[in-house]
Amino acid sequence: MADAKNMAAGDALGMDAQAQMLKKERRANNVWNKLKRNKTAMIGLVIVVVMVFIAVFAPFLAPYDPNEIHPLDSFIKPFSEGHLFGTDQFGRDLLSRIIYGARISLIVAVGGTFVGGFVGVLLGLIAGYMGGIVDSVIMRIMDGFLAFPFVLLSIILMTVLGEGLINVIIAIGIGNIPSFARVVRGEVHIVKNEEYCNACRVIGVSNVRLLFTHILPNAISPIIVYATLNVASAIISEAALSFLGLGIPAPTASWGSILREGKSSLMTAPFVATISGIFILITVLGFNLLGDGVRDVLDPKMKQ
Amino acid sequence: MLKTILRRILQSIPTLFIVITITFVLTRMIPGNPAITILGPQASAQDIAEMEIKLGLDKSKLEQYAGYMIGVLHGDFGTSYVYNRPVTSLIAERIPNTLMITLTSLAIAIVIGVGIGVLSALKQYSILDYIFMILALVGVSMPIFWLGLMLVNLFSVQLGWLPALGMGSMNKGLWDVISHMILPCFCLATIPTATFARITRSSMLEVIHSDSIKALRARGIKESHIIWKHALKNALPPIVTVLGLQLASAFTGAILTESIFSWPGMGTMIVSAIDNRDYMLIQGTVLFIAVVFVIVNLLVDIVYMLINPRVSYDSKGGN
Repeated sequence: MADAKNMAAGDALGMDAQAQMLKKERRANNVWNKLKRNKTAMIGLVIVVVMVFIAVFAPFLAPYDPNEIHPLDSFIKPFSEGHLFGTDQFGRDLLSRIIYGARISLIVAVGGTFVGGFVGVLLGLIAGYMGGIVDSVIMRIMDGFLAFPFVLLSIILMTVLGEGLINVIIAIGIGNIPSFARVVRGEVHIVKNEEYCNACRVIGVSNVRLLFTHILPNAISPIIVYATLNVASAIISEAALSFLGLGIPAPTASWGSILREGKSSLMTAPFVATISGIFILITVLGFNLLGDGVRDVLDPKMKQ
Repeated sequence: MLKTILRRILQSIPTLFIVITITFVLTRMIPGNPAITILGPQASAQDIAEMEIKLGLDKSKLEQYAGYMIGVLHGDFGTSYVYNRPVTSLIAERIPNTLMITLTSLAIAIVIGVGIGVLSALKQYSILDYIFMILALVGVSMPIFWLGLMLVNLFSVQLGWLPALGMGSMNKGLWDVISHMILPCFCLATIPTATFARITRSSMLEVIHSDSIKALRARGIKESHIIWKHALKNALPPIVTVLGLQLASAFTGAILTESIFSWPGMGTMIVSAIDNRDYMLIQGTVLFIAVVFVIVNLLVDIVYMLINPRVSYDSKGGN
């Protein structure tokens, strides 16, 4: 960039000036720069980055071991010395549990979205590209899964799989497959008969290569938008499952499991439930804001 | 038009078959033996075997599947192991309770949500608009089971104004029924209200800047008449789509809300059925909810066609 500036300063005429104009325009239209101008999206991004930071550096940030029990120190009120958020029924430091809980909640939400996205995108690509009977079979099965209320499907899956981190990720992932498949299939349907796809076929590009290097990139914007918004709902799903006692088993802290413990001590220590819920709400809000912003930038037509 | 509706109905039949199959497979995969659940852990091997025969669990999975499928086609959803009663009668008993809170909260959500959306659109970029839209954003991000707990804590535990659990009875007067409904309905209405507000605002914004509305203004028609009659009518299609989605997901909300407030509806029934490994009851309720879901989607499509003349399903060509 400094080079360009020097060149423009030295030779302010013709080609260089034009090139610089183009460069400026490209920069302004760059996805990141567009996103930067969107205030609410930036608020969302800051929330997401802070939460990811907390999750990644949990061991360095947490003042105590999240599972260390001190029976004599149970239900210390928030803002007490040494315990910013107070302690729970077992005298465990709530701040430390929230910090470690961020880890589990985000791993589950992102992992579930990734599992659902990976399988869903593959199925969507196959269904959209092959068409005909393959398309019908895959999409009817997807419709079948979509006919289940999401929480209900996850509840049944968790009953089948049993508690545990990996199982929650799988249950939420399976629930996410159909919507991803739908989104991708729709895009593939639109793109697959475009000129450039026909051109690829004519020059003998293999189907697999055509799908992954030419068709998939066209569907990437809606996938990113959908995935971001999906992380938000996956955080809620994890919390809902753990809240119903079907998610992350004790004593591991996740925001949902802390909320569940908070429910049983609602009478004596309402702050346990309050604080964990606020973290869920803020994080979900962050991902929703970011997702809305990314959608407006990547695909103005999708703006509702 | 009639042909399109018929085609949509036919299309939903394979979906329903798949739903029955998925439910059957998943319920059979749930670990634990219902015979032991019924008889208790002390039951002898012989008792368990007898009970399995009685429940039809000794037959092959394929036979059980065929039997269940034939039953469903005859309107027989099987018999609950735990209650020892037909699943259909159990559902019939619980469904009014669930509808009582889901429909009430949806009605509240439509009135308040659409109202807020229209106001926000009319006063775009005003303080009021910002406040409403921030509230709506928080609303759609709300974990409603947390909201439920907070409401119980504030209104039942701290203030003691409203009952926290269960359903009221008409014998104790109307207030008893209403007071038990307030918190669950508030909880259930939160997300739909916020969603309606957001969709109405953006849909209205599009409409009120359109030429047709300007033309109405030019003709000197009363502003309130323009907004509530002409503009809102044109802004309706996306709102109806959202209504369908919300109606369907209200059942999801009901599962969580009912379990917080111990509301005796479908939600609490299905959670306890899963705990009890009550295969038939799980299958029946899940199937019932899925059928409702499919029918609602169908109705939404039809209403959409009726209110939006621009959508012509008959001459659908190309992509």
